[in-house]
Amino acid sequence: MTLDAMKPGQECEILDITAEGIVGQRLMDMGFIPGARVKMVRNAPLVDPVEFLMKGCHISLRHSEAKKVEVKPL
Amino acid sequence: MSDSKKLIVAVAGQPNSGKSTIFNMLTGARQHVANYPGVTVEKKTGSFRLKEDRVELIDLPGTHSLTSYTQEERIARDFLLNERPAVVVNVVDASNLERNLYLTFQLAEMEIPLVVNLNMMDVAEKRGQKIDIENLSRQLGAPVVPTVGNRGKGKKELKEAILATSKEQQATSFQIDYGETLEPALNSLEKVLSEDTGFSARYPLRWLAVKLMENDKEAQRLVREYSKKRGIILRLAEEKREAFARDQGGSPEKIIAVRRHQEAQRIVETCVTCRKDIPGTLTDRIDQVVCNRYMGPIILAATIYLIYELAIVQGYNITAYTWPVLAWSRDLIASLLPSEGFISDPFFRSMPLWVTDGTIAVLNYVPIFLILFALIAILEDTGYMARMAFILDRIFRYFGLHGQSVLPMVIGGLYVGGCAIPGVMACRAMKDEKARIATIMIVPLMNCLAKVPFYVLLIGIFFTAYKGVAMFFIATITIIIALSVAKILSLTVLRKKESAPFVMDMPPYHLPTIRGVLGRCLERTWLFVKKIITIVIVVSVIVYVLIYFPGISKERKSCYMNQADQAIQTFFKKIGKDNPYAPLLAGDKSTSFATYWGDYKKARMGAKGKEAKESIDQNFREKNFEFFKIVKRGKYTVEGKAIKDKYAARIYKAYKKLDKKRNRLRREQKEETIINSFMGRAGRFMEPLTKWAGFNWRINIALMSAFAAKESSVATLGGIYQSRPGEKEETLEKRMKEKEKGWTALHVLAIMLFMAMYPPCIPTLLMVRLETGSTKWMLFATFYPIVLGIIIAVLVFTGGNLLGLSGMQAMIAFYILALIFLVLMGLIKEEPEFT
Repeated sequence: MTLDAMKPGQECEILDITAEGIVGQRLMDMGFIPGARVKMVRNAPLVDPVEFLMKGCHISLRHSEAKKVEVKPL
Repeated sequence: MSDSKKLIVAVAGQPNSGKSTIFNMLTGARQHVANYPGVTVEKKTGSFRLKEDRVELIDLPGTHSLTSYTQEERIARDFLLNERPAVVVNVVDASNLERNLYLTFQLAEMEIPLVVNLNMMDVAEKRGQKIDIENLSRQLGAPVVPTVGNRGKGKKELKEAILATSKEQQATSFQIDYGETLEPALNSLEKVLSEDTGFSARYPLRWLAVKLMENDKEAQRLVREYSKKRGIILRLAEEKREAFARDQGGSPEKIIAVRRHQEAQRIVETCVTCRKDIPGTLTDRIDQVVCNRYMGPIILAATIYLIYELAIVQGYNITAYTWPVLAWSRDLIASLLPSEGFISDPFFRSMPLWVTDGTIAVLNYVPIFLILFALIAILEDTGYMARMAFILDRIFRYFGLHGQSVLPMVIGGLYVGGCAIPGVMACRAMKDEKARIATIMIVPLMNCLAKVPFYVLLIGIFFTAYKGVAMFFIATITIIIALSVAKILSLTVLRKKESAPFVMDMPPYHLPTIRGVLGRCLERTWLFVKKIITIVIVVSVIVYVLIYFPGISKERKSCYMNQADQAIQTFFKKIGKDNPYAPLLAGDKSTSFATYWGDYKKARMGAKGKEAKESIDQNFREKNFEFFKIVKRGKYTVEGKAIKDKYAARIYKAYKKLDKKRNRLRREQKEETIINSFMGRAGRFMEPLTKWAGFNWRINIALMSAFAAKESSVATLGGIYQSRPGEKEETLEKRMKEKEKGWTALHVLAIMLFMAMYPPCIPTLLMVRLETGSTKWMLFATFYPIVLGIIIAVLVFTGGNLLGLSGMQAMIAFYILALIFLVLMGLIKEEPEFT
């Protein structure tokens, strides 16, 4: 499962980042690393982008970026 | 050794760590804003004294990391690498230590003396977090100073720490252990790197080794350009990367990032106690409403409307109060210049006044800028800006833009009335370079305040029955066209531009401080005024020459002179030789009377109520009693006795006629000068081409003159469409209608659409140059709207004519066409390419 498929309120653990280059680096710099726990908070009014909560920080991603994060629902 | 040393100190930190508050706290008012060379990222410097040393403080861009992927990170990194500051103050959000340490580690890796500044301690305390500062300092190998930046707490301690660290000159010893899978590779790379001693003295080797393992392009470039062992090093790095990927089944950068985060977590676990997870902070509760599916867009629309209302509408109202100050300064300048001639003014009067008019036309908008910049600062500081982007991103992304594009577009005049200059400036906050340039390019297509009078004039003549519809059309068609243009640009010229992935921080809501908001708003306004004024002066001189030169022929000039002389002779004949006032108006004195006459009329016109009028009279009476008798038509009082002075009355009557004649001669001569000028010739020269768009040479001139400032287009039209001698003075609308009998609504529609697409005014172009850092983009922003405008005007005018459409039909047809085009453009998929 990937991060973009999460429902609001759902929590998961990151397994892997499949993006290379700038997208991968940006995601990892912001804390999206294997083992991190992420909660999907809400969709934007027009569904995309998506807001996540991770270690007390709110970060929003587009679906296209969230697709590059493999997760395991908790 | 000299007593006073200059210490270079840099301030680094992640966005929202309160970095600029700390910068302000340390430097106070002594700040200077410029750009980093060759790029458009703001570079703030300030200075303060530290015992006997002078400290030059540099504010580095706020970044989460120090990769070479974004401009800001490259700038911060290059500065640390090349300038080798004596100390780096790493501002850290104490309430968010774990994430902030990620950057701290990377700074430490660059082997720079660090002072870690734990800012926003109050927030951390409020969240029940206790930080063991000594322990943290020991683990990081750097002094740690707690502060509350927005209350100035900890200022002294921070300065002391900077001083102590600068004296020691000890690079922070902290190192991350990247684990047994990576350390051997790093060690062998470090060893090869150190073999070139010249190179190894210049750069931190472990940092370089880590970067090479991360496949960092800039680090590779450094090695390639400066190391003698470049071949061996790059090959080794490549081998090690490949070996790592093969053995570990992943890229080294992944492990590096993971190790940094793990280390941050470990330190926080040992140094921060009582770390309770705070469920449902205030920010969360606000976001439940602000980002809500239904409430979000409503609040957003209300916010945008409020910005528009406060800055554009109310700001414009304020200009009614500031304008007299500008008008007064213009009069002051006018009074210092050579006095005006009877029908033509000396060059050294008319040229400086032209320049002054152009300058104050721009300065007139300063109140709008002040309010706008303050509101933008509030939006940025509160954190709402990120929510705006969050809500709107989906729509704007279809057109190659970003959620953050909405604000510059609103400021530029998304509906009717805005200003492209602050609009372009507001693009600065956008991180996505590609979307940022696209936004800068389309902001000038919005309807700025100066375009509005032109629309109002034309709609008033030719769309009288549908004023509201026509205004709605022009206000919304520009958005439709602008979005299509943005998409086309991002698919073509911007295709290769650096785009950033949308990984956006949603910072906690935050009350902005008055100091922060005011400081930024004044700073940006001042920057604007300084930059703009000089250029406006230069450009308006050029435009002046184009409009007034080469001037009219000698014969025509003397013809006007003769007419003027005749008028003056008639005047003196009418008032009679025995008139006691005649000597007052003879020769040079006539100009001072002319000024008096004009001033009195102007003053009376502006006066409201009996009392105001009486006080004006009193004023002018004191200034020059003899002149006063004339302007009062010979009816005045002396010591309470009413007097009727028939000589003065006669002069009044004759002078009124003379004044009228004089004004007419001035206007006629001016018209002839403009028609005969370089610009007038160009206007006529282009007529065969522009007639397909429905423009005759008069419109060509008016459109060209708008280039200096759009305000002048209506004024130029006023100059061209004047009343003929003997005609009654009519409004400009009536005069235009009279002269352009052949015009249809189709002509006007084409002209309006061309005006909507009109190239940005000079100050805006200057801002484009500043914000894109490139003259090429400035030129592009100048010429693409002209081409686009002509295409649209020809399409509407010639197309409408061929199909036999009326103005309204053409308007509707064009609107539908544009909408279809917009939808088609939005449907084109654009795969983001990240390099």
